[in-house]
Amino acid sequence: MSNIQRNRNIDTAFKYVGIGCTFFGIVMLLIFIGNILVDGLTRIDWDFLTNLPSRRASKAGILTAWTGTAWILGLTAIIAIPMGVAAGIYLQEYGKKNRLAHIIELNIANLAGVPSIIYGLLGLEIFVRVMRLGGSLLAGALTLALLILPIIIVATREAIKAVPNSLREASYGMGATKWQTIWYQVLPAASGGILTGIILALSRAVGETAPLIVIGALAYVPFVADSPMDEFTVLPIQIFNWVSRPQQEFLVNGAAAIIILLIITFAMNGIAVYLRNRWQKKVSW
Amino acid sequence: MKPIEAKNINVYYGDNHVLKDIDITIKENTVTAFIGPSGCGKSTFLRTLNRMNDYIDSFRKKGKIYIDGKDIYDKKVRVEELRRKVGMVFQKPNPFPKSIFENVAYGLKIHGIKSKYEINDTVEKSLKQAALWNEVKDKLDKPALSLSGGQQQRLCIARTLAVKPSIILMDEPASALDPISTAKIEELIFELKEKYTIVIVTHNMQQASRISDRTAFFYLGELVEYGKTSELFTNPRNKQTENYITGRFG
Repeated sequence: MSNIQRNRNIDTAFKYVGIGCTFFGIVMLLIFIGNILVDGLTRIDWDFLTNLPSRRASKAGILTAWTGTAWILGLTAIIAIPMGVAAGIYLQEYGKKNRLAHIIELNIANLAGVPSIIYGLLGLEIFVRVMRLGGSLLAGALTLALLILPIIIVATREAIKAVPNSLREASYGMGATKWQTIWYQVLPAASGGILTGIILALSRAVGETAPLIVIGALAYVPFVADSPMDEFTVLPIQIFNWVSRPQQEFLVNGAAAIIILLIITFAMNGIAVYLRNRWQKKVSW
Repeated sequence: MKPIEAKNINVYYGDNHVLKDIDITIKENTVTAFIGPSGCGKSTFLRTLNRMNDYIDSFRKKGKIYIDGKDIYDKKVRVEELRRKVGMVFQKPNPFPKSIFENVAYGLKIHGIKSKYEINDTVEKSLKQAALWNEVKDKLDKPALSLSGGQQQRLCIARTLAVKPSIILMDEPASALDPISTAKIEELIFELKEKYTIVIVTHNMQQASRISDRTAFFYLGELVEYGKTSELFTNPRNKQTENYITGRFG
């Protein structure tokens, strides 16, 4: 009996420890968001979104920062999505399942955990110096594409793996080629999972600062980029620049910019959740 | 012409010798049942007939299989063309998660047929042949997965018929279905044999005796006995066959 009582005590204890851990995270997040909102909400207005950066805090805006973020996001998506999805398809559907494949798989999973600054150094050497792209949007996007490629590959593989084999067999059994089977059956069935992975990968790219600083993104860009070869800044760099200044007004600007960045990230995550739910409803085996 | 002729077939999965010296000739416009206990190799043999085992890395085969006189494992044979001719229906109904219409039209699409008229016409004919048309004609754009299991399986048969095969392989097509749906599938098989050569793997011996003209009994990777269904079930030549069909093992 005492043994049962002891086990039940452990059970209860763990329950409360678990609740504590969960609340710690949530409370911290709420305090952070609350703080930011109090500091920055009043600063957000149309001018803040459409003004160029300035030495005077009250006149400074984030136009170049958010357009830079949009540019980077778009270019990164164009580069990383086709490559990542294609690699995922190859590894899962075409590649032989041998030792080498296992090692590659393990390494891709590891790459997803490499600190982003390492990718920055890689980008600096290859894209900025060897390919002579300079501190351009293109160099930044290529670097971030490298960074999120493993995430997209892994997500694609997982989504494809979840498609039941009976579907492939049905397609092959009617005389479809491998590519027809993948294109008409496997990819549509896996699209929800792949899209979710892509969006989560891109939301990671939106928040990256370190690799872009390493490749030479600027903190002060007084113009809106109009080609991928232009120099640029992004929201996180702008935020970092503002919050590291001593004047209180710039801290407020930083808080306001953080709110904008949070809205972008939350919106992207929201889309990911929406797509995942829709996909789960649509495809039921 | 003999539709299917297998000569000295040996199949291995890695070191596992799953089919041993199978020799069999299957006649046109007949229903041939493969029976035998689980793991006897009957499904594996069925799948070598349209090369569905090609995707299994450890699969190896010796011997020759001729379909309409052609060696189907010859390098010149295009496997897509073979599978169009030798259709397959699986154990668990596996319609595509798309509309009923798209399920049947898929085979035409992948074989390059674009004419809307031809597609509509073939979809209707195939569904009629599979005795499903009356149940689905008003909801062709509904998801195939909204159909009942038995209807799904008949849809899978319709889908196979749409690409105009001459041989249809069925891997326990009724084992996941209720008795009424099973009866419908059996009736369908009986009708289809006028135009098609049908090979069916089944665990259900009553089913084999009801629907097949010839029966092959597999045991431990060997073809133990093959003959007319009426004779094999009433007067088996082999002791193992007798033990199996009388339910003493398996």
